[in-house]
Amino acid sequence: MDENTPSTMGCQNCADKGRRKFLVRLSIALSSIGAALVAVPSFAFLLGLRKSPQIWRTVGNLDEFKIGSTVNVSFQDPSPLPWAGVTAQTAAWLRRVDDEQFIAFSMNCTHLGCPVRWLATADLFMCPCHGGVFYADGQVASGPPQRPLSQYPTRVYNGQVQILASPVPIT
Amino acid sequence: MRFLKRVWVWFDDVTGISAMIMPLLDHPVPRARKSAWFYVLGSATLIVFLIQVVTGIALASSYVASSGQAYSTLVFITGTPFGRIIRGIHSFGASAMVILIGLHTIRVYLMAAYKYPRQVNWLTGAGLLLLTLAMLFTGQLLRWDQTGFWSVVIAAEQAGRVPVIGNWLGHFILAGDTVGGATLSRFFAAHVFFIPGLIFLLVGFHLYLVIHNGISEPPEIGHPVDPKTYRHWYHALLARDGEPFWPYAAWRDVVFGFLVVVTIVALAVVIGPPVLGRPPDPTIVEATPRPEWYFLWYYALLSVIPKWSEDLVMIWGPALFGAVLVFLPLVAGKGQRSPLRRPWSFVIVAFALFMIAYYGEVGRVAPWSPRMDAPPLPAQVVGMESGPIAEGARVFHDKGCEYCHKVSGYGGVRGPDLTYAGDNLTTAQMTTRIYSGGTNMPSYNGNITSAQLSALLAFLNSRHRQPTGAPSTPPQ
Repeated sequence: MDENTPSTMGCQNCADKGRRKFLVRLSIALSSIGAALVAVPSFAFLLGLRKSPQIWRTVGNLDEFKIGSTVNVSFQDPSPLPWAGVTAQTAAWLRRVDDEQFIAFSMNCTHLGCPVRWLATADLFMCPCHGGVFYADGQVASGPPQRPLSQYPTRVYNGQVQILASPVPIT
Repeated sequence: MRFLKRVWVWFDDVTGISAMIMPLLDHPVPRARKSAWFYVLGSATLIVFLIQVVTGIALASSYVASSGQAYSTLVFITGTPFGRIIRGIHSFGASAMVILIGLHTIRVYLMAAYKYPRQVNWLTGAGLLLLTLAMLFTGQLLRWDQTGFWSVVIAAEQAGRVPVIGNWLGHFILAGDTVGGATLSRFFAAHVFFIPGLIFLLVGFHLYLVIHNGISEPPEIGHPVDPKTYRHWYHALLARDGEPFWPYAAWRDVVFGFLVVVTIVALAVVIGPPVLGRPPDPTIVEATPRPEWYFLWYYALLSVIPKWSEDLVMIWGPALFGAVLVFLPLVAGKGQRSPLRRPWSFVIVAFALFMIAYYGEVGRVAPWSPRMDAPPLPAQVVGMESGPIAEGARVFHDKGCEYCHKVSGYGGVRGPDLTYAGDNLTTAQMTTRIYSGGTNMPSYNGNITSAQLSALLAFLNSRHRQPTGAPSTPPQ
């Protein structure tokens, strides 16, 4: 209906329908462009994710780790922001399998991400949040988790044990 | 005084303030009589929100939303005499918010005030309820102690269950690949700017609608809402039996609001703010993240639902709740308002409250959580200091059995109490269970030596009710 478009609202018998339509459309167009000029960069900043490179981090010398034992190691995130403080660290469970082979398990329970604890005498990982339990090889033993513990890539480089600092496993 | 009066007259002339405010104060409202005190809950919620804004501003003047430093700024705030009280008011205010908004929602629902012409007001209220839940979650996170830190990870993991965009959504919540410098600022901006901005807008619209449509009259049995005649009938009611809002109805809002404020401040002064947990150090493995009391029921729910239903519940549960909130006024916008003619409304409210209370308590006990701090069984429980039974008791602790099974009051509650296992189970049954595990129990096949197994069986077989010989102390 002619009276109900924005350009002709409130205008029953206007003599200058054409001029009116133009002015209304000009206002809407300029407002939209102005809003977009501000909104687009704001949203792009907000929604854009900072992709970090994956970096090999040293967690200790080869001879610090006993074969067969699983220990808690920590390493710095790749390119942390200067004010990240203590949260720039990530921890992992590192097991020396044999002379040159290591397995690094992510601390995050595969159920909802709580930190799992390694119980050395029981050879089990247990999660305090919803009761998830994992065997020594990371497979699910009982409780709600559906996937085995994630692993970080490891390597031995110049006598140093290194873990590839990677994103928190979400899915 | 005359001078002040002249200033006021000038100010009022150029702003028109009294012409705007006086009609609001004087506008007639239905006399609520026996139901009058039910109507104070909305204003009480608003008052507590304003308390949160004021104390929040005070906190924000010292709090630094830096992932590395937030914790120490909170330690600083808590160490100052008034900082402690402000933190306490803000924390008890948060609990008051969730209680009052819940009671207000229940009152409106039971009195069917969501029906014509107040449907959109219900929708704005639903929006405010969801925003309040978001504030509660982001607020506790800002404490940025261990629990706050891990709750971000848990939120990201739950978001990760959304199909297609889950991974992106999870990392969006973390503001990166891992929790780091950018994470906390994101939640600070949400909790302090973005969500409160939306709340202010919706509250404004909500209050405007209350004025525009008038506050609902207490429902009468046998008087259903008919959109064709309601407005006319309502205005006739006001003309016949209305009273000015100020002060004849508003005084109750003031009294109740005052009591709420006094309670919150008293609790803040006497009990104080929540104790700060350990710093948000991701390398501290001994963390036991738990949500605040008002989310314990959801935490418990996620722990007890079957594995296969988790994605459904986490995504569709909230979606269903939102859909119900939105469709209620649209589907049931007219008809009987009195709860006595809508008995299911009582059932639904009672059921919801019962479930929240019940699962809240379950979440508080968290029986599924292994009691990893359970000490080895003391000698008077074991009954021996050496030999296979004593060795078995050590295996019982070291292999993690005690974390889930109680013996004589020591241990966890996830699995059955084994205080009288020797009476209840044969050795064959015990061996089978240890080897094959169960839904909530790991299998020890390959994880226990035969020497350990024999000792463990000796210990378990020694667990009897008195006086059949072998030692067993009853639970404390």
